[in-house]
Amino acid sequence: MSTIAHDHAAGLGDHHAHDDHAHHPTGITRWLTTTNHKDIGTMYLWFSLTMFLVGGTMAMVIRAELFQPGLQVVDPEFFNSMTTLHGLIMVFGAIMPAAVGFANWQIPLMIGAPDMAFARMNNWSFWLLPPAAMLLVISLFVPGGAAAGGWTLYPPLTVQAGMGMDLTIFAVHILGASSIMGSINIITTILNLRAPGMTLMRMPLFCWTWLITAYLLIAVMPVLAGAVTMLLTDRHFGTTFFNAAGGGDPVLFQHVFWFFGHPEVYIIILPAFGIISQIIPAFSRKPLFGYASMVYASAGIAILSFIVWAHHMFTTGMPTAGLLFFMYATMLIAVPTGVKVFNWLATMWRGSMTFETPMLFAIGFLFLFTLGGFTGLVLSIMPVDVQAQDTYYVVAHFHYVMVAGSLFAFFGGAYYWIPKWSGTMYNETLGKVHFWSSLISFNVTFFPMHFLGLAGMPRRIPDYAQQFADWNMIASIGAFWFGASQLLFVYSMIQCARGKGEKAPARPWDGADTLEWTLPSPAPYHTFETPPLVK
Amino acid sequence: MNRTSFMARPRLLSSLLAAALGVSGPALAIAEWNLQPPVTPIARQMYDLHYFIFWICVVIFVAVFGVMFYSLFRHRKSQGRQSAHFHENTLVEIIWTVIPFLILLFMAFPATKTILAMKDTSAPGLTIKVTGNQWSWSYDYLQEGFGFYSNLSTPLAQIENRAPKGEHYLLEVDNPLVVPVDTKVRVLITAGDVLHAWWVPAFGVKQDAIPGFVRDTWFKAEKTGVYRGQCAELCGKGHGFMPIVVEVKSQEDFAKWVEEQKAKTVVAGADPNKVWDLKDLVVTGERVYAANCAACHQPNGKGVPGTFPALDGSKIVRGPKEAQISIVLHGKPGTAMPSWAQLSDADIAAVITYTRNALGNKTGEAVQPAEIKAARKSG
Repeated sequence: MSTIAHDHAAGLGDHHAHDDHAHHPTGITRWLTTTNHKDIGTMYLWFSLTMFLVGGTMAMVIRAELFQPGLQVVDPEFFNSMTTLHGLIMVFGAIMPAAVGFANWQIPLMIGAPDMAFARMNNWSFWLLPPAAMLLVISLFVPGGAAAGGWTLYPPLTVQAGMGMDLTIFAVHILGASSIMGSINIITTILNLRAPGMTLMRMPLFCWTWLITAYLLIAVMPVLAGAVTMLLTDRHFGTTFFNAAGGGDPVLFQHVFWFFGHPEVYIIILPAFGIISQIIPAFSRKPLFGYASMVYASAGIAILSFIVWAHHMFTTGMPTAGLLFFMYATMLIAVPTGVKVFNWLATMWRGSMTFETPMLFAIGFLFLFTLGGFTGLVLSIMPVDVQAQDTYYVVAHFHYVMVAGSLFAFFGGAYYWIPKWSGTMYNETLGKVHFWSSLISFNVTFFPMHFLGLAGMPRRIPDYAQQFADWNMIASIGAFWFGASQLLFVYSMIQCARGKGEKAPARPWDGADTLEWTLPSPAPYHTFETPPLVK
Repeated sequence: MNRTSFMARPRLLSSLLAAALGVSGPALAIAEWNLQPPVTPIARQMYDLHYFIFWICVVIFVAVFGVMFYSLFRHRKSQGRQSAHFHENTLVEIIWTVIPFLILLFMAFPATKTILAMKDTSAPGLTIKVTGNQWSWSYDYLQEGFGFYSNLSTPLAQIENRAPKGEHYLLEVDNPLVVPVDTKVRVLITAGDVLHAWWVPAFGVKQDAIPGFVRDTWFKAEKTGVYRGQCAELCGKGHGFMPIVVEVKSQEDFAKWVEEQKAKTVVAGADPNKVWDLKDLVVTGERVYAANCAACHQPNGKGVPGTFPALDGSKIVRGPKEAQISIVLHGKPGTAMPSWAQLSDADIAAVITYTRNALGNKTGEAVQPAEIKAARKSG
């Protein structure tokens, strides 16, 4: 862990006279007390990789149970805990911290800032994560088991649950606090610490999408905290927010939850859009097409995300006017999303492309994310959604946008920047094997789920009827294959962190032109203490 | 277990074959990868809408990624391409904003028409109240004045892989909902405990069941037959085990069935004072237990530690019977134990007798239907 980023930096002192890495504690104290954005970024990334493996193991349990009809591996209650924790851990433990890890490392480097604006708060927002993750994992071992009501935590089912649910609620509170602090930090850094000449409309697009993401987080994380707090008081203090017998309404929770939950979807995907917008121009050796329209499209998506939440609730029995409004608003999201996809294609058009691992993941992202976008459009059509809602069609849809979308973009980003972070090139052959293996096994896993959903298989069931057996077996085989493929990524990253491999030059990608590539590799412990001048 | 995968194999091959040939689902009638054949006007509109949107998406997808793959093959450095340097074109950007918008309008029009039709629940020929419970459905024929529970009838042995799985594994019930053909059936949906969702794919009906609220929807089945669906909202550990089976009968058969049901209701209430043998009560009680209690308290009565209490050795089951009757009739507030007052006096008497003389308990006491009746009266 500790070798990333700085240990090799000693010999580069003459490039950066102010590099002063001797002044931090060593060993565990260094990591506990660090306020350095690179250290904190590194911790975020390793943390999210760890949680990705934990959540992935749960996915393997789910697919093992669903390999054949009948109950073989786990009992239904534990199965429900697995689906619940898999969702919570992947969303809050793997994807979101990974995005913050990228932000911590890259935003100061890309805008020419010496560090994040609030360095101590940065430390605190990271160190809130491990206790929250521990609460989630420990909840598996308390009486009554972990939360088993789905990651959406719908009452009244979650009011019935045991104390595992309370641990989950506290974990969500802590994770939310961490996200809000991270967002405040990112917004302040971007707005105040840009180098001279780095106007907002000159920032790399990754900084723009994160700026928008951070505003989304600040707007909606308190809403989630409110929802789970109401759940907590319903459970223990006799309130009846979600209980009709006391004048409440179970559907109220869904409205509040999805008012958080839909922007959350874009919180997950916007940083990925940013990474893709750095990678595609670099490997096409051509500037990003339609930079301004990319910024407007990202902002447009963010604004629309606040008025579409009830499309997750089309079957709750809304009034006709509500159904129509939320259907039309949801369909509209296709427009700015389409603009982004077209811009990426136009960036590649008449470029001079090469296909190193980051570019492969970016193209995989583009192809599969768009497929997930199309199934999203299908689901936005309310009468079709009635058939597909809460089926495997939805499971397929959101894994196409979250795994082949966000996760692939993060893989691409990790391969793209690991030379800068560690000073070591990753193994290109291994990277390509990781890409192709992931791409194929991902589709073997999730493509059949479209069929299962259309044919009528509900999600979150531990056992299923005979006509779903074929595709489930194929999906399970794909899932084990996909899970095993990720070990290649873990191995690659550990090798880079240990400095095993070719030494990376300052700018390994000849088409990359953002500020971080003007620094030596690995980036010194302190960078841009004198702001660079951006012309 | 092995038997299952054998059965699955021919189907697997046929579906793969169909996929390889790119033949559309309906042509080969492979139900496993397509929406189920619709039998109501609304379900047919949903089916058509899905394919309408689907084909538009396919055309756009092929066009957009045709361009991408052309670019991937032609515009690569290894072919000595020099990159161009354009990075803006206002006209192109306006065009690819406006055209998708127009396509969306084209999609929204038929979808809106279907939504308006779906929401029109007026003038039904029959109204049925559907209640979701953990974990079974119950149906009440409001005008006809009778109702019943509909429980999963797949034997536990099949679920636990001790017996080969039947054709309708997990999609079969003891008492299906029965409706007449060509009649607009309005369904009032609610729940007794947590959220459920009543979903019959062939009817195009999926409506969440919300405790404390009644929602309505409707369907008009145009073909007699048996149609199967499942609960579509996570409702706890039995979520995968509460299927919906609807039998659509001809008008005459339906009328006959309603008469039978009414007669049964009368018989069931006929002789509440009959004194039963302990043995008869235990036999009946075992059936009632399997249908209503085993989901939580487990078939062996051991419960689930920390969540559902064991009946084996329970102080209440081994103690005075009045206390147990009261819990079964009224439920236990603050826990998952609901009231079972909707069961008949005979069923409640039988199941209590069963728990007191099986599952590791042996009190030798019989509880008679008359005692239940008396307990109901005293509140």
